[in-house]
Amino acid sequence: MNGKRPVFLWSVLIFGIAFLYVPMLLLVIYSFNSSRIVPIWGGFSTKWYGELFDSPEIWEAVSLSLKIATVNACFATILGTLAGLALVRFGRFKGRTLFSGMISAPLVMPEVITGLSLLLLFITMQEFIGWPDQRGFTTITIAHITFSMAYVAVIIQSRLSGMAQDLEEAAQDLGAKPFRVLTDITLPLLAPGMLAGWLLSFTLSLDDLIIASFVTGPGAVTLPILIYSRVKLGLRPDINALATIIILVVAIGVIVAGYIMLRQQKQREREQSMTANES
Amino acid sequence: MSVPAETVLPAGQSLGFRLRRRLLYLVQHHWRGLVLVIPFGWLLIFFLAPFFIVLKISVAEAIIASPPFTPMIDWVSDGIMHVRIVIDNYAYLWEDDLYVNTYLNSIKISTISTILCLLLGYPIAYAIVRSSHTTKHILLMLIILPFWTSFLLRVYAWMGILADQGLINDFIRWLGYEPIRLLYTQTAVYIGIVYTYVPFMILPLYANMEKLDWELLEAAADLGARPMTTFFTITLPMTLPGIIAGSLLVFIPATGEYVIPDLLGGGNVLMIGRVLYNEFNANVDWPVASAVAIALLLVLVLPMMLYQHIQGKQVEGK
Repeated sequence: MNGKRPVFLWSVLIFGIAFLYVPMLLLVIYSFNSSRIVPIWGGFSTKWYGELFDSPEIWEAVSLSLKIATVNACFATILGTLAGLALVRFGRFKGRTLFSGMISAPLVMPEVITGLSLLLLFITMQEFIGWPDQRGFTTITIAHITFSMAYVAVIIQSRLSGMAQDLEEAAQDLGAKPFRVLTDITLPLLAPGMLAGWLLSFTLSLDDLIIASFVTGPGAVTLPILIYSRVKLGLRPDINALATIIILVVAIGVIVAGYIMLRQQKQREREQSMTANES
Repeated sequence: MSVPAETVLPAGQSLGFRLRRRLLYLVQHHWRGLVLVIPFGWLLIFFLAPFFIVLKISVAEAIIASPPFTPMIDWVSDGIMHVRIVIDNYAYLWEDDLYVNTYLNSIKISTISTILCLLLGYPIAYAIVRSSHTTKHILLMLIILPFWTSFLLRVYAWMGILADQGLINDFIRWLGYEPIRLLYTQTAVYIGIVYTYVPFMILPLYANMEKLDWELLEAAADLGARPMTTFFTITLPMTLPGIIAGSLLVFIPATGEYVIPDLLGGGNVLMIGRVLYNEFNANVDWPVASAVAIALLLVLVLPMMLYQHIQGKQVEGK
């Protein structure tokens, strides 16, 4: 084990990483292909980017998707944090099993079922209470909040159960009311988890095709719905250009976030070793 | 709040101010209730209630109207109600070979894909756990990164690779062989599912392996056990929880998958998620689509409960 590098393990690892990244790399390469037929190379060109930026459809879809993702991420973070708090810090209460079942079920529910059932709910509600009067932004956002909050709740739950309770107990011993303990101690400690939940909800919403295509209405075309309607008919170079931009944005975001997290962790480790040396 | 703020109020206190104070009081003294009621209520309305509606529509008959199904309860005349429940939709699913085959095919595809993900993901997770601190961070980031990019575009990428004039067939032609049909076949669906879901296998396996007591393996080696014996008697049983969690995370969504069979399988690969989608959108047969959804749920309810059980233990057991 020590020092010996099993050849088999490393070749599978390298194969696996290549398997994950080569298709994305090819997407990027072919976006600079001047030929309209994607897999046949016809020389270097950036014209598909030009075509992409000139298309008002794309911009409308991008702005709708970003709006939905932002509203969704904010609501899902609030609801998911509340749910996580209730599940970890409230002990046993009536209906707890149902609650925890409902909060984790959306994680594994097939999207076609979630999409179909929410659409039927919206139609039924419209029939009885007249709301939502049309499907689009509101219905897609509600659908996204419902599954995103489950992811946030899982993150918050694991944060809370891993967190030492001594700070909260100290505050309570010093006479802070439970509500102050929540706002002044627990929530600030949870902030990194809430941020992670927000980012995850944002991405999940941007990525969703199935649920959105069930609950959307005429006129509300999100980015995945637009991409899907185009690629269903075959390969399209402008979609390659769009993919390249998305990959670039995500890669920069993740690398920056990863770098910041790594630095923070190293700093924490340094501080810990320093305090250990002092004592 | 249609009441103007400056109406009859004692000593300079506006209504808005009093409302705010009442709200503050409510939040400060009943916040525990609010913390529970808000997400609970949301889930009851937008997660639980929809299932009962699907269940209700699955026992209705399709008609050409808006909405396109018969009501469950008819009020015949004063106070006499007529409950209409038909199980024809379920009988129809059961009797039609198309549906039965589609179910069996979905389960077959997701089972084989899960095994392939495990065969690929297990050594990868193992290699990551055994690497040095910094390499581990980088490798984990590489595995997680595709999660954040668009799923749809990653499936689309394979359309270009598998096409008749795509990269793989170019290579085959270059070798001097006849190109083979890859896109719009079952093979393409397997590749697509393994490609999209293998990170879901690697991450739970990694989380499980990281907590392992590696000294046990060294002890076994010191006592003369062969690597194979050590693997089957120690490593495999100890990583079983990770294997189960990862397999469920691949199996459950793969069974209901729609995009991959639609883009890579074309019309040749029948999977239940696609049939549901088409039944609803193309055929506008809501009762049958609802029955398909309920039947899919029945197939997945055991794996889903098992996953929840494991997940619950993991979150609370810390």
